[in-house]
Amino acid sequence: MKAVVVGCGRVGSRVARQLERSGWDVTVIDENEEALARLGENWAGGFIVGHGMDLAVLREAGIDEADAAVVATNGDNTNLVIGQVAQQRFNINCVVVRILDPARAEFYATRGLRTVCPTSSAISVLTEAVGSCGVPTRERVTA
Amino acid sequence: MYIVIAGGGKVGANLARTLLRLDHEVTLIEQRQDRYEELEEELEHQVQRGDATEIYVLERAGIARPPDLVLAATGDDEDNIVICQIAREKYGVPKVIARVNDPRNQPHFDLLGIAPTVSATSNIMALVEHEVPQHGLIHLLDLKTENLEIVEVEIGEGSPSAGKTVERLKLPSDSRLISVSRDGQAEIAVGSTTLKPGDRVLAILKPGREDEFRRALLKH
Repeated sequence: MKAVVVGCGRVGSRVARQLERSGWDVTVIDENEEALARLGENWAGGFIVGHGMDLAVLREAGIDEADAAVVATNGDNTNLVIGQVAQQRFNINCVVVRILDPARAEFYATRGLRTVCPTSSAISVLTEAVGSCGVPTRERVTA
Repeated sequence: MYIVIAGGGKVGANLARTLLRLDHEVTLIEQRQDRYEELEEELEHQVQRGDATEIYVLERAGIARPPDLVLAATGDDEDNIVICQIAREKYGVPKVIARVNDPRNQPHFDLLGIAPTVSATSNIMALVEHEVPQHGLIHLLDLKTENLEIVEVEIGEGSPSAGKTVERLKLPSDSRLISVSRDGQAEIAVGSTTLKPGDRVLAILKPGREDEFRRALLKH
């Protein structure tokens, strides 16, 4: 099983490490060479310095043979384009894309892109957390 | 027409000015505060501030009407792609035109069906190809008003077109053969005219199509 992870920030690097630990052959792409440090000292996977919209960089990372792509750079629109390229040009069935804006995440989800929106998740988790604090409910006073 | 322009840089701002002069209704969207303030002095309510890839910003600019045309003219290709996709697929905007900043991103626009696209680099390259004399293609006449040119080519021994009839040639869409000269005699090129090595062919085409045209006629 081969995975390409685009974007080696806090999210991408941890996803890459977890996939690698569970037996995936992982190559990570990031524009910044220093991002490699986030993968830890004994990183056994691949690491390519370059932009994920560059087809040559994607190919160098082995996107042609990839079974999965995780797209988590810090730009929503960059992620949307790379995700669609992985899906439609390289025919990868398992493409997951991190999108911070809930509206765009929802729209592209309806178009068949697997979008993950941490903002939406945070909203529901925080709301539920308040609900589960055990604050006694009061009748709403209406004028 | 109602036109929404995303990106108030030199390209977007000048498009807005020109379209307004032609009496179109225009909304220009600009993200940067300082640039927005400059534009707002000139264009007043016709410019709005915001990120044109945000759906609520597009909605505030009237994307749901929908506009007749959306021009995605920001300096970021990924933004232009997303703007066009949202405009066309979420709001049914009938026509989008996208600016390509980095020609290496052109395949992404093509893959996602975003057309037409405009790229300064590609346009300048087409002009360069037009100006530089190319092997096998003699430039005879420019028809400036028509934006057409007349060229002459000689069919060689190994040309893919030798032995073919004109109707079987895969010529670029913006080109036509005019005439075929053989042994000092010229004839109007029709579908059934067969090309032979040594023939001199006159053709009319759009500037920028030279390379494609040469490939179809002269080499594999």
